[in-house]
Amino acid sequence: MQKERTPLLRKPSVQTLLASLVCILLGLLIGYIALLIINPAGAGQAITAIVKNFWTYSKPATQIKNLGMTLVKTAPLLMCSLSVLFAYKVGLFNIGAAGQYVAGAGACIYCAIGLGWGWLPCMVMAILAGALVGSISGVLKAYRNVNEVISCIMLNWITLYLVNTLLANVKEPTSNYTYAISKHLVMVDGAATTVANPGAIMPSLGLEKLFSNNKYVGLALPLAVLLAIAVWVVLNKTRLGYELRATGLNKNAAKYCGMQDRKNIVLTMAIAGGLAGIGAAMLYLTGLQQWSVTQSSVPAMGFNGIAAAFLGGLNPIGTIVSSLFIQHITDGGSFLDMRVYSAEISDFISSLIIYLCSFVLFFKTTLNKTLDRREEKAIRMAKGGKAS
Amino acid sequence: MILLIQYMLVFTSVLMLVALGGCFSEHSGVINIGLEGIMVFGALGGALMMKYLPAGTAGWLVFVVCVLAAMFMGILYSLLLAVAAIDFKADQTLVGTAMNLLGTAAATVIVKALNTAENPNNPSSTIQYIAAKKNFLIVGGYEFNWFMPLALVLLILSYVILYKTRFGLRLMACGEHPQAADSVGINVRKMRYAGVMISGLLGGLGGLVYITAGVSEWKFENGVAGFGFLALAVMIFGGWKPTKIALAALLFGLFRSLSNVYTGFPLLNNLNLPSTVYNMLPYIISLIVLIFFSANSAAPKAEGIPYDKGSR
Repeated sequence: MQKERTPLLRKPSVQTLLASLVCILLGLLIGYIALLIINPAGAGQAITAIVKNFWTYSKPATQIKNLGMTLVKTAPLLMCSLSVLFAYKVGLFNIGAAGQYVAGAGACIYCAIGLGWGWLPCMVMAILAGALVGSISGVLKAYRNVNEVISCIMLNWITLYLVNTLLANVKEPTSNYTYAISKHLVMVDGAATTVANPGAIMPSLGLEKLFSNNKYVGLALPLAVLLAIAVWVVLNKTRLGYELRATGLNKNAAKYCGMQDRKNIVLTMAIAGGLAGIGAAMLYLTGLQQWSVTQSSVPAMGFNGIAAAFLGGLNPIGTIVSSLFIQHITDGGSFLDMRVYSAEISDFISSLIIYLCSFVLFFKTTLNKTLDRREEKAIRMAKGGKAS
Repeated sequence: MILLIQYMLVFTSVLMLVALGGCFSEHSGVINIGLEGIMVFGALGGALMMKYLPAGTAGWLVFVVCVLAAMFMGILYSLLLAVAAIDFKADQTLVGTAMNLLGTAAATVIVKALNTAENPNNPSSTIQYIAAKKNFLIVGGYEFNWFMPLALVLLILSYVILYKTRFGLRLMACGEHPQAADSVGINVRKMRYAGVMISGLLGGLGGLVYITAGVSEWKFENGVAGFGFLALAVMIFGGWKPTKIALAALLFGLFRSLSNVYTGFPLLNNLNLPSTVYNMLPYIISLIVLIFFSANSAAPKAEGIPYDKGSR
């Protein structure tokens, strides 16, 4: 007897990978067409600029430094996409990753500048803040049957306004931005002054040397990858993960088996929120960006997380790659000629990719049907051959 | 006071139109989370029309053409949802979310492209329509515009269509029990397409009304600030029924308009609350409303489930 072998195209992982690649190619193609329509002359160059991102620079040292820059922003994106993914496995659509991310940002920035804390407690506060916002949606869903998508959107806006109000206390007097994260705002005789608080910056672990002394590269990268693996382990190898996934697949069946579906929903949203919250800490505790207290829209990070989660085939390890890709083309957008094209073309492409991802299920069913038909035909041919 | 009523009615019209759109879509069995994106595209259609219509065009014509443009763009954009959700049986939440993100991104790209083509030093995503907008006002100097009576007409029309016509009753049957509807010869696919496209029409118009509410230019990078979702909350609060939706929209319109006009009221002004409180108010109210009105949901039974002829 010959051992049964699954054909390559039949493997779910291969199908997912194939589907994601099709989404990316179609997304880029439509993006290219959009560029052609805006201005045919520079379109080819523009789409290459988006895809190449830091490779646009000729010097290797600059390339590496900018690769580091993309990686620094990939870590929080990965966290947001893990947040979306984790909730989705339990049947919840966490569009609130954006708001949970904002809550995390508000908490860690305030603790660092306003209270002068070190990076670790700041990070813990970011996780707690994100988890709190997430669990509100969870409680509303579990106990009051509130659609989590709508409650998440409402919380996104509420959190944004709250965080803007909170961080207005630690903003520079002359601009709309908060102080640099390494400063601690203190009141001396009623006047605001700052003292240095270098402890608020995450340790670099010497990683900056690998990236042409890009001082923003550090702990966040390995931590993000570790957390991605941890999410995979929790979902696939633990009892908790099993229960959560069972609740997602069939809430009533899980309840019948004695699992606490309500508790599980709240717990899931809390974990998802915590993941988004730590993502914010990973970005803001590097000191790369300051928060603008007048921003009137929620940062795109949480929404791009949705793109990365689905593009990664809803697999924690796959999202590492897809997050890197999404961040890569987002950064690539900044290399466009601003007099002709806008950087938002990257957002356009990533939102197209999300849209295309919704066809993945159809793609897989069609692929399987085609394979079925081909196999049947082969069997029929083989039988026909013997009969004659 | 008159200021408050003006803004309240403007925002009520927006929320009512968009919520009615959601109502049609959901009664046909398709959850329309993408209303926000539809609004942005409707707004874009209307704004471009206002920008490019020649200056001497008659006032009523400007109004009609802009309304039609917004409706057309809304319908066109809603087809993205219809195709994915009805023909390809896609996850409706995912499609809707993608549409919201795509709507803002695409509109920004389009407007910036047009602006930079006109003037390379103007890479902004803002469209101005000061002169054209004046045509919409009923009385100069006040914010009462022709959209308000139009919204009222559309409300009555929605009620009649949903409850008094063969089409409306069939549409609702597709959202409650598509198998049963199919068994008596109703084409579920066509009905759902109709439902989604009507939501595109109303949502698109709502978008146009929103961007002309008290302002004469719009920055498309900002999208419509969660208004599509507020409209969904209005729809749920209104129990998926047009008349109740109108009342719910009135309540939400009141809270939304407070952030525009609270400085005009000595009582509110004396409270000395930061302006962010008023900005947050509509979202907080809608959360509270959802907490109390989601438990015994009157949602159409089959919404969100792709119709599969083979399933029982």
